[in-house]
Amino acid sequence: MAWAGMNWGLFKIIYRHTGEIGLDSGWHEHEFFIFLGTIWIINSLIQTLFMANAAEFSELIRTGNLDFALLKPIDTQFLISFPRINWSQLPNGILGVVLIAHSLRELMGEREIYFSVFSIPAFLFFIGCGAVVMYSVMICLASTSIWFGRNQNLYNFWFYITNFYRYPMEIYQRSGVGMALWGTFTFVVPILVVSNIPARILAQPLGTPWKPWEWGLAAYAIIGSIWSLMASRWVFKRALKSYRSASS
Amino acid sequence: MLESALTWWTFFKISINERLIYRADFMLGTLMRFLPTLTQIFLWWAIYDVISNADTADSAAGPDGNIAGYKYGDMVAYYLLVIISRAFSSMPGLTGGIANQIRNGEVKKFLIQPVDMQGCLLMQRIAHKLVYYLIAILPFALVFFLCRDFFIEGWPPPNVLAVFFASLFLSFLLGFYLECCIGLIGFWFLEVTSLTFIYMLMNFLLSGHMFPLELLPAEPFNIRQLVEYLPFKYLAYFPAAVFLGKIEGAELYRGLLAEIGWVVFFIVLSRVLWHRGIKRYSGYGG
Repeated sequence: MAWAGMNWGLFKIIYRHTGEIGLDSGWHEHEFFIFLGTIWIINSLIQTLFMANAAEFSELIRTGNLDFALLKPIDTQFLISFPRINWSQLPNGILGVVLIAHSLRELMGEREIYFSVFSIPAFLFFIGCGAVVMYSVMICLASTSIWFGRNQNLYNFWFYITNFYRYPMEIYQRSGVGMALWGTFTFVVPILVVSNIPARILAQPLGTPWKPWEWGLAAYAIIGSIWSLMASRWVFKRALKSYRSASS
Repeated sequence: MLESALTWWTFFKISINERLIYRADFMLGTLMRFLPTLTQIFLWWAIYDVISNADTADSAAGPDGNIAGYKYGDMVAYYLLVIISRAFSSMPGLTGGIANQIRNGEVKKFLIQPVDMQGCLLMQRIAHKLVYYLIAILPFALVFFLCRDFFIEGWPPPNVLAVFFASLFLSFLLGFYLECCIGLIGFWFLEVTSLTFIYMLMNFLLSGHMFPLELLPAEPFNIRQLVEYLPFKYLAYFPAAVFLGKIEGAELYRGLLAEIGWVVFFIVLSRVLWHRGIKRYSGYGG
């Protein structure tokens, strides 16, 4: 929660010095805070539902207790993904909702926002897609502990990867390295798409109903989340094959 | 005299070996540390683009506007330099370690052995840091070489460079004794996790870790002025600002003196806390 506040403060300060992030990208202050709120919601969903479980999974591998999970007549990935819910991470998501609501109101005072009955369901749907993609990334990261023996850097890796999806994708779309990053995090690991699409639904940074490329990207977000789920499933299975238990 | 020097040397050697166990993990970890900087580069690029209102996507120096006296190159250079300052001043696990030793009674060993706790910890840290620099210098050199164009002004003059290195060394001592003091509060509180968290937040915000301190607003209340009177800025901002020539002339040496002052203050404070603490200490645990 404190981190969220600091994040907010950072951009409050940045927007004292600039009107927009990315020339003509439309990410002005209120639009950007809608983006930030979206990120908080996705993050808190992940941390509430999966983070503790993924860490637990790494621990199961290290101690060899994964044997018990493997023996049970239920899908292992399902079993290790959902046993517990970490409610303490939920407030950040609520904070995100508040931030979005506030920024949206401010924004409506400034200009026209195209809002329809589908906006909220679509927003929620794409938040869901985002959670799916992030979940897949986390499963892949956690699975690596089977090969590495232990993975105490899980949280660090997580931090470094999520670092890339916390900004509007326009900031990457320039120069070689940027395009490479944008490509990687759009097409290989589609984390940029899933943070950008829901934010764009509400913030509409370009101030008009969606352009064709935005529709295309949204369609791609759905494909991307299915693809990443399948990929994570594959990595998980591969990893399990190399599992050799421990201390039994 | 010789004997105590030998003792410290032994502590030093043990710590070095301890640190060399996970070399590969270490290199990788150091390189990973620069990833967030990569996004920072793009974020600030996008911001400076708007400010200078010109598309200069292909010039290496980037857009030419400035924020609080920082050009785009300065800003990126600042973030890179802060990583160096932090490599000196950050002490992961120090506070928690001390508080833990107090809580589980391990601190007793310093009461019965003729070894000073702070001295022992300091030796460990120096050893860890030295090994860290030896290994990390490769990834660091690589990244700085790749980013050399961001340093618009090139190398600073020798006297500034001297102050820069002195301030780095002092920031190590400052970080060490500051965190020591927080850990020693464990004699009174037993649990210092929440204190550590507050310290971490303050540090992140007020040391210039997140952005150059010049960006801090003077309204509604003057945080910009406030940080000048706090020790935090020496942990990240000061060395970087010195290198970039943001602090000039007499200010340079005044800043250095103030930093020495803070170091002495925290050394004395940690001594006082230690002596008061062991009087209160009742030796829980086995």
